[in-house]
Amino acid sequence: MRIVIIGDGKVGVTLTERLSKEGHDLVVIDQNKRVLQEATTQYDVLTIHGNGATLKAQKEADVGRSDLMIAATSADEINMLCCILARKLGVPRTIARVRNPEYTEQLSFLKEDLGLSMTINPEYTAAMEILNLIRFPAALKRDTFAKGRAEIIELKLTPDSFLCGRKLYELMQLTKIQVLICAVERGEKVMIPSGDFQLCANDNIYVTGSSRNMAALVQKMNIVERKIRSVILIGGSRIAFYLAMALKGECAVKIVEIDEQRCQELAATLPFARVVHADGTQPETLISEGLAEADAVVTLTDIDEVNIVLSMFATRFGVYKVITKINRIEYNDLALKMGVNTIVSPKSISCNEIVRYVRAMDNTSDGSVLTLHRIVNEKVEALEFSVPKNAPYLDVPLKDLKFKPGILVACINHKGKIIIPGGNDSLRGGDTVIVVAKSDQLYSSLNEIFVS
Amino acid sequence: MNYKIIANVIGRILCIEAVFLLPAAGISLYYGEYGLIGPIVISVLLMASAGVLLLLPKPGPTPYYAREGFVAVALTWLMISIFGALPFFFSGAIPNFLDCVFETISGFTTTGASILTDVEALPYGLLYWRSFTHWLGGMGVLVFVLAVHPMSKGSGQSVYLLRAESPGPEVSKLVPKTHASAKILYGMYIGLSVLQFIFLAIGGMPWFDNLTTVFGTAGTGGFAIRGDSMGGYSAYIQVVVTVFMTLFGVNFSVYYLLVMGKIKQALRNEELWLYLFIQAAATVLIAWNVRSFFPSMGQTVQQAAFQVSSIMTTTGFATTDFNLWPEFSKWIILILMFIGASAGSTGGGMKVSRVLLMAKAARRERKRAVNPREINVVRMDGKLVEDDTMRGIWMYLSYYLFIMLASMVVVSTNQFGVEVTFSAVVSCLNNIGPGFGVCGPAGSFASFNAVSKVVLCFDMLLGRLEIIPFLMLIAPAAWNKRGLHRRYWR
Repeated sequence: MRIVIIGDGKVGVTLTERLSKEGHDLVVIDQNKRVLQEATTQYDVLTIHGNGATLKAQKEADVGRSDLMIAATSADEINMLCCILARKLGVPRTIARVRNPEYTEQLSFLKEDLGLSMTINPEYTAAMEILNLIRFPAALKRDTFAKGRAEIIELKLTPDSFLCGRKLYELMQLTKIQVLICAVERGEKVMIPSGDFQLCANDNIYVTGSSRNMAALVQKMNIVERKIRSVILIGGSRIAFYLAMALKGECAVKIVEIDEQRCQELAATLPFARVVHADGTQPETLISEGLAEADAVVTLTDIDEVNIVLSMFATRFGVYKVITKINRIEYNDLALKMGVNTIVSPKSISCNEIVRYVRAMDNTSDGSVLTLHRIVNEKVEALEFSVPKNAPYLDVPLKDLKFKPGILVACINHKGKIIIPGGNDSLRGGDTVIVVAKSDQLYSSLNEIFVS
Repeated sequence: MNYKIIANVIGRILCIEAVFLLPAAGISLYYGEYGLIGPIVISVLLMASAGVLLLLPKPGPTPYYAREGFVAVALTWLMISIFGALPFFFSGAIPNFLDCVFETISGFTTTGASILTDVEALPYGLLYWRSFTHWLGGMGVLVFVLAVHPMSKGSGQSVYLLRAESPGPEVSKLVPKTHASAKILYGMYIGLSVLQFIFLAIGGMPWFDNLTTVFGTAGTGGFAIRGDSMGGYSAYIQVVVTVFMTLFGVNFSVYYLLVMGKIKQALRNEELWLYLFIQAAATVLIAWNVRSFFPSMGQTVQQAAFQVSSIMTTTGFATTDFNLWPEFSKWIILILMFIGASAGSTGGGMKVSRVLLMAKAARRERKRAVNPREINVVRMDGKLVEDDTMRGIWMYLSYYLFIMLASMVVVSTNQFGVEVTFSAVVSCLNNIGPGFGVCGPAGSFASFNAVSKVVLCFDMLLGRLEIIPFLMLIAPAAWNKRGLHRRYWR
């Protein structure tokens, strides 16, 4: 597919990387020649130097002949202008990054005119992910599928856990809970385990199942699950705003922000949150603002390093749940080793959404991707597919189907009921199914997971 | 330095070279030259086994960068030339191995300078191979590899290979994927070649002459299979060759834009118009100057146009010996040698766009000298030209001059006189073929001494690859460990 990306910033670069790996024809427009040079030599793409919101640049990029235009510059207004132009030039679909909450409301009103198939708001999606984690703090990472009915959570096996040394097929007997371990991370290694896989202390396990069963599992595993009543947000960014909005009435929110003007704005729009004008990177400030009493701390400053250090400090201080926002995910491995265990990256969540959309576009037939999450530090993909009404593999017991190697059917959502499939279960038309696979293999439709 | 990827690139190309040498055996069989089949098959086997040997170490996912690209290109061209010389040597057609290598380099670099005194004595199988090297070298061997096999999935590293081999100050892809760009380039190249073949066939040219002429024209090479080059063919054939030489000297991205229906954008190319204008002006001036040589007006213009097109596109075919022409015409031809064809074409020389940009930059500096406060920029095709591009052109020019002067000093040991020494170096460095005097259209490079032949070989390679890749080979900074060598620590 031919895709034009306007704006080669954080999101733009990540998208270029992901989409060029998926084999699409990419054209990148940006005004900064330097970043374009980087892009051409790193990825197999065409670059155009110019203002993407001008007709000249868009014509040069042949936007009219493309299948999709993604506007990911830092300014919402420019992104919308890009969409209008691209629409006029005849591109069938556009995606825009729109972050300002003032605009998000009117977007549904403008959707038709802008030809918008999708808007991305990395800050908002990141806030929602953080919210998920605050609601279920036992999980180190939590991704939902099937409209929130099913999920994949990451847990760490402590040496005293009764699961250590057990084989996976014993899990169901031991816990009597319908869940499945779909990926295991042991040190540097990532495995999609089979039934006779033996668990070890300090493994990071990724468990799928219905949301209700997750809570039961955590209880059974004796992981301390504490309801979060108070949160400190360090850094009053947009994520903090969205998060505070979402947490309204659920728990006490305190935002520590260094810029006075921003504090004023936040205080004006968030009457239910407490906004503190102070330097959140000072330990004394945090302690005096009640770090000891907080159930959770979310570090949301603009600088990754600061977030990592603050998170390490908060963890050492004994805060129950610490969530770290990191933009440059390249160093995640290091951060995880240093005791930062819950990381949220706004740009990769947004990129996942776009990649999922593009894969679904690619595949016009049934069985397209509904949800795409990347787990285990981007090394494994968890995909939710819709099951087509007509396919040779319908109603055939799974044990009789031939899957490609490295594929695990983790969950089936049959009319809202989450089933952990056994060999005798089968796919039925209208179901959705969650499949886990390593990310070196990219799947865009359900048909591709079977050996043809 | 990522040696594995370089070995891999060279290995692939040697295998491809072996595949293309194979038809020479078939042609020998067809013409009953049975003694030639053995040497050709041995050469093919040697190429293929060397290629496979180099392909054995798997390159793995280690990254490679600009300098690996440049070094790979430079080494590749050296290797294909040495291996490509084998059939000439084994068959005994050219007894001296250095002469064989000279002939092959001249072929691949599309120079067309020959050490053969009697071309017509060469067997058909070797004539095919000699001309075919032009065709492959014209668009580029690495571009061919990129077209048949994508070197990397998703990553853009292969663009370094494309850049190192494609001529011109600024190389950009036609479409997002390098693989697809290379395919389109070769698609258009093959298309134009086939078109020329058809036109020549209509003119009644024998098929073998036709094929070799197409190879020579498409690559803007200039090896002909007759002693009098194109002189013995009909006027129609000469006109067709003139037109196609000019066509192959045009930037291929112009054709791409035309094919895509973006006629306006295609015709906005400043270089194209300057290129055509220079050709037309040179033709008129020379035609006026040599009007007494030919019986009719039409023939004068046709002869002038052929010679101008042949020299400017750096092909080097000839229909008449321009050595006999007046001084004025010879000087125009000499200037055309320097200017060369368009960037992104199969031609050599300095390229029209470089000359144009140098003129524009010079004008800018003059304006600045008059009014230092005025901000002036260089524009081309309505777009700003970056200082980086200009810097690249000045660097190219300075190396070009140094290399030219140094080569002339070496070639002067032949005692051929200023005119011959000068034109021989210019002709090789710009990939043209014929010069003046003994190395003129009617002569050959056979009488040069061994040292100057080696120097001229390197001049041809430097000219074809536009100097930088070969500088990388000799630059110490390119060979140590990413500039992190011990001696930098002290």
